[in-house]
Amino acid sequence: MRLGLIGNPNTGKSSIFNLLTGLKQHIGNFPGVTVDKKHGGFSHAGIQYELIDFPGTYSIYPRSSDEKVVYDSLINAESEIRPQALLVVVDASNLERNLLLFSQVYDLQLPTLMILNMIDLADRRNLKIDLAGLKQKFPDAEIVTTNARIKSGKNRIYKALETLKVRAGHKFNVSEITSADDLEAQEKETLERQALIRDLINDVVTEEKQEETFSSKLDKILVHPVLGYLIFGLVLITIFQFIFTFANVPMDIIDGAFALLSDYFAGVMPEGIFTDLLTQGIIPGIGGVVIFIPQIALLFFFIGILEESGYLARVVFIMDRFMRPFGLNGRSIVPLMSSVACAIPGVMAARTIPNWKERLITILVAPLMSCSARIPVYTLLIALVIPEQKVFGFMNVQGLVLFCLYLLGIVMALVVAMLLNAIILKKEKGSLILEMPTYKMPRLSNLGLTVLEKVRVFVWDAGKIILAISIILWALATYGPSDRMEKAGVEADQMAQQMDLSPKETDQFVSSKKLENSYIGIIGKTIEPVIEPIGYDWKIGISLVTSFAAREVFVGSMATIYAVQDESETTAPLLEKMRREKLVDGTPVYSLATGVSLMVFYVFAMMCMATLAVVKRETKSWKWPIVQVVYMGVLAYLGAYIAYITFS
Amino acid sequence: MVTELDKIANGCLVTVDSLKDSNLKVKLMEMGLISGKKVKVLFRAPFGDPIAIDIEGYVLSLRRSEANLIYVNSEKSL
Repeated sequence: MRLGLIGNPNTGKSSIFNLLTGLKQHIGNFPGVTVDKKHGGFSHAGIQYELIDFPGTYSIYPRSSDEKVVYDSLINAESEIRPQALLVVVDASNLERNLLLFSQVYDLQLPTLMILNMIDLADRRNLKIDLAGLKQKFPDAEIVTTNARIKSGKNRIYKALETLKVRAGHKFNVSEITSADDLEAQEKETLERQALIRDLINDVVTEEKQEETFSSKLDKILVHPVLGYLIFGLVLITIFQFIFTFANVPMDIIDGAFALLSDYFAGVMPEGIFTDLLTQGIIPGIGGVVIFIPQIALLFFFIGILEESGYLARVVFIMDRFMRPFGLNGRSIVPLMSSVACAIPGVMAARTIPNWKERLITILVAPLMSCSARIPVYTLLIALVIPEQKVFGFMNVQGLVLFCLYLLGIVMALVVAMLLNAIILKKEKGSLILEMPTYKMPRLSNLGLTVLEKVRVFVWDAGKIILAISIILWALATYGPSDRMEKAGVEADQMAQQMDLSPKETDQFVSSKKLENSYIGIIGKTIEPVIEPIGYDWKIGISLVTSFAAREVFVGSMATIYAVQDESETTAPLLEKMRREKLVDGTPVYSLATGVSLMVFYVFAMMCMATLAVVKRETKSWKWPIVQVVYMGVLAYLGAYIAYITFS
Repeated sequence: MVTELDKIANGCLVTVDSLKDSNLKVKLMEMGLISGKKVKVLFRAPFGDPIAIDIEGYVLSLRRSEANLIYVNSEKSL
């Protein structure tokens, strides 16, 4: 039996969903739209139930594409996902506002169960609800009370499902639910309904006057004009500290484990294409997906805490004014900040922005924020071309440059957002009519399920694309036209013997020559005329192509091309080699101009297939990731060109 | 005295009189801003925008332009 879970936001709807379905949750798609469909299963008394978690809404009349899904699925009798019965979560501490949606849904004539949640909060507010009186107003609905946060009420819901009434026409408001577009009719119908609800509340709710609550005391500090921003800054710093400290350990372990796995299979399997595909293409490809899990999990753990505690709504409140001129929303702040660690969770976190245009702009500019994968590239290039000096007696120039690169990304993200705001046509007007929920203690089980859901979505939906691209990139780097690579390998071997290189140096020299003659090497050489104006040679070209997989690959590719050991801990030998690189005219390849040009290129360029895969997943189309690659590519090229000219 | 909600100072308790016609009218109604409701202006973000109000027990944030759509009766201000 298909059940729909409906309710206002902040009513504990997802807690109820978790309570009923536990780990049996799946993410799918509502047909024809970009809205995610969360559904899960459970069984009771021999009946299998499928529970669909509909987007939270305050009214059946839709105000956003998410809410449209609710309207369409419930009103349209032909809808393939129309529920056979409805579970409506109602916040007992805010009955009047919640009854609007409940009574609308009640009038649709589907068997209906009211889940009166947060009954403890109502108690604390000295609200007394006369349940028998409430039942009289909705005679054909079942009513149960729950406190989902402490997992209380599951059995009451189960029991009520057994006695759901088939509807026989009783309605709360006699007028029909009107069309989704007719605002005038909606207004009239809503007015009638709200008058009826007002009477109902007078009959069934008694309230005693109460003191200033804990929430309003906390608000005085958290949205304070000075303290508010200070606290938000501190919260961000703490989160990033945690992520950089704790994500690195599992990331190194994953890195090492997949390398060992590749080595193991390379050792036990016979030499050949299939072994190479497995050990150099598929296993590292899967590793390239798994490696993101620690960062995604940690970021969503923290975002979950911010959201569940109610603090996020306050951050949105104090940031909204600053984001608005850029076509963004207070809610864009979390996706953009997350992107400083990694754009993947950043793009995924944009889900909380209800307005499609604001959400799209946030997703499109998020990868301009300098993520942690750029750090190895930045540090290598800074060490290469920026002298270790101090300016104004105390400021380290290298540190200053690093800071400027981050700043450049942020500024460009805002500028592009502003431009996109002017270009993309509005469908819905952005608004900030936003409920600020009371502060609550986050529940670990809810956080755990959120993290699990995000990781699952990333691994299954984006993982496939990432794996496919990494296999393609591997093939391009491993194979060349006809026997060109073998010849190059043999030649390199002979040259190495003449040069009297050690076996290790010979290996490095051979793989360098092989890469040069692979398809990627050929691409790198072919694009040389294009990248020459921004100060790069074909060797840099090859590294640019390979680092499309992920930015940090740049360092490893450079090491291969310059035939030095790729020791991830120290780049000193690579730095030496790169510094000694000379152009035909004898000047160094890595001049200040080329170095700065490369840095600017890496600030702007969309060199991360994992982010692209996630953007495809979140926007449900290839259009936007392609737009992103193109506009960021153009920015990168122009930016690098300007930098090169300026510093030449 | 009838005035728009965005003109009301922090800490004042007012009563909703009516809503201006706009695309957001029904949305505001749905959020509980209906004639006769008691609303207390709680606080404002820096630059006075957005505004947080208490609507009989829950807190709602509104941009200034959205608060401007709401006529309130400020006679009962405390």
